Amino acid sequence: MTTDGKTEVFELVLESVSKSYGARQVLRSVSATVRTGQVLAITGPNGSGKSTLIKAVCRLIRPTHGRILWKLGGKEVPAEAGRKVIGFVSPDLMFYDELTAAENLRFFAQVRGMKIADEDIESALDSLHLGGRGSDVVGSYSSGMKQRLKYAYALQHDPPLLLLDEPTANLDTQGVSLVHDLIEDSKRSKCIVIATNEPEEVGLGDIVIKLGE
Amino acid sequence: MTSSSNWGSESLAVLWKDLLSEFRTRYSLSAVLLFSVTALAVVSFSVSPYALDPEAKAAFLWIVLFFSAMSGLSRSFVREEETRTALALRLSASADAVYMGKLLFNIVLQSAVAAIVVPLFLLLMDTRPANPALLTAATALGTLALASSSTIIAAIVSRANAKGALFAVLAFPLSLPGLSSAIGATAEALRGSMPEAGIGAAGDIRVLIAYSALMIAASLLLFDYVWNS
Amino acid sequence: MAAKWFLGVWMILVILGAFFYAPASLGLGQISRIIFFHIPTAWVTVLAFLMCAIYSLRYLKKRQPGDDMAASVSAELGFLFCIIATVSGSIFAKATWGSYWNWDPRETSIFVLLLIYGAYFALRTSVDEPERRGSLSAVYALLAFVTVPILVFVVPRIPAVQSLHPSESVVSTGGEFTMDGRMLTVLLASLAGFTGVLAWVFSLRMRAARLLGTIPQRKED
Repeated sequence: MTTDGKTEVFELVLESVSKSYGARQVLRSVSATVRTGQVLAITGPNGSGKSTLIKAVCRLIRPTHGRILWKLGGKEVPAEAGRKVIGFVSPDLMFYDELTAAENLRFFAQVRGMKIADEDIESALDSLHLGGRGSDVVGSYSSGMKQRLKYAYALQHDPPLLLLDEPTANLDTQGVSLVHDLIEDSKRSKCIVIATNEPEEVGLGDIVIKLGE
Repeated sequence: MTSSSNWGSESLAVLWKDLLSEFRTRYSLSAVLLFSVTALAVVSFSVSPYALDPEAKAAFLWIVLFFSAMSGLSRSFVREEETRTALALRLSASADAVYMGKLLFNIVLQSAVAAIVVPLFLLLMDTRPANPALLTAATALGTLALASSSTIIAAIVSRANAKGALFAVLAFPLSLPGLSSAIGATAEALRGSMPEAGIGAAGDIRVLIAYSALMIAASLLLFDYVWNS
Repeated sequence: MAAKWFLGVWMILVILGAFFYAPASLGLGQISRIIFFHIPTAWVTVLAFLMCAIYSLRYLKKRQPGDDMAASVSAELGFLFCIIATVSGSIFAKATWGSYWNWDPRETSIFVLLLIYGAYFALRTSVDEPERRGSLSAVYALLAFVTVPILVFVVPRIPAVQSLHPSESVVSTGGEFTMDGRMLTVLLASLAGFTGVLAWVFSLRMRAARLLGTIPQRKED
């Protein structure tokens, strides 16, 4: 989101966020503040609540205690505007297998209220090394290709907050370095949250939260 | 790329996507049509049309249409959850647009079914409607009523451990006002010509319109709680 | 505390009144006494339905598990009273009009209410996660609440629909059946009594749920 050519600062605030499912407590009073230009890395063993925290951050689930705040340019962003400020990548994300990659992206852009041209879709796919595969149905994509397509989905509306749950799942070395470069590039104008167990990715974090202790 | 919040075009995008998916996979339409034609055959086989008065014929017709709706109208939501595409949709679309788009899709689907079932029904029952215009209106509004009450129920069922029967169990009580009025108006259309039939059916037509409007309004207010539950 | 004793005495008086104080209807005989139980239970089932809708709305706004529990308990009680109302109504119908069930509008409404309650519980049992269960059943309860007035008030008004139930208000039931002053007294007393029973059982169930820890801790923010 830009005004006058300068990027507005996005701030993500976690205040004592806890989440329990019945008797099982998954998150225990997690607090942090992350801004544009910073990366928050969330790490911990499997089942420690990384995905739960990411879902709480994008308001897909409600915390049992505490709260999550989104602020853009100092003003609080309401929950309904979440789809405009968040870019989301996760192993749970799936696209329409019977539609082509281009059709998928065009659909999501339309449903976000964006006007998008074919060239924009093409160039987005190119930048993720999916050039020329836009008219193939997603069902024919490999898991690595699907993973890269998720980045096209997450970035098409230029969101100030990027949430990446296992950013390099299913990717080969080329794909991994593509994503790492992407994170580096986006860092300047975005606030990024990564949930991962890869030490290299945890190292990208300016702030690190270790769950499951 | 420019940004605009246009609820209407976003809903149409959802509708178009569902139609495109449906065209490519034929997930819903063929199953529903097969069901409704079978149901129609059963009805036609078991009763002599000449022994039936207009009320009974209207009732049979709407029984077939209702159960066809029960077999078809939950698919669009259930499919999103089954193929796990609901998450991508939830994160990029507004709840209102999703609801309206799915409602429109259900209207299109149910209309397609009615467009095939009603003429077939008239054929099998050897009936010439005394009032074709009223019959068309009754069918169209009845279809709208069915879609209006079922769409949000479909969303509810998709978020539960949906087993097929749950949809009909939840939808039937809420669909009753629409169903009973549709049957009433259809019976008038089969029985008499204007102006008597029109006057007789006027109350039913009014109820159908009011009922559909009410269900859509209530659904719009409540859908968010279902979609984001 | 004392309230439940008062209620108990009240209901005993109502039952005695129904059988001894109020006269039997001239046309129908002793069976007419069922009206002192049928009408109040029908009234209470609608009241419970209203309570369910209100608690459902509160749950959607505030997300307190106690409200979800209250909605569920109201629905249980409403269901129970609905069964009583349906059965007593059916007995009355047989005595007055000759058949147990006729799908007249009022009969249809009470039956639909029965179906709605049944559907509500079917929905609740098919969702595992408590929060989602609360949300989905709350939405259904509100949808049902919005639809029922149409069924009850609009459909019977359509001229073409015949009604076995008299169209006048509760006070006088036309035909061979006129309401004596004493009958009216007992009826109103019964209405009040059954409402009291609903409130009392509701509070008992809620207290039990809280004590058993069925309601999780109140959510603080």
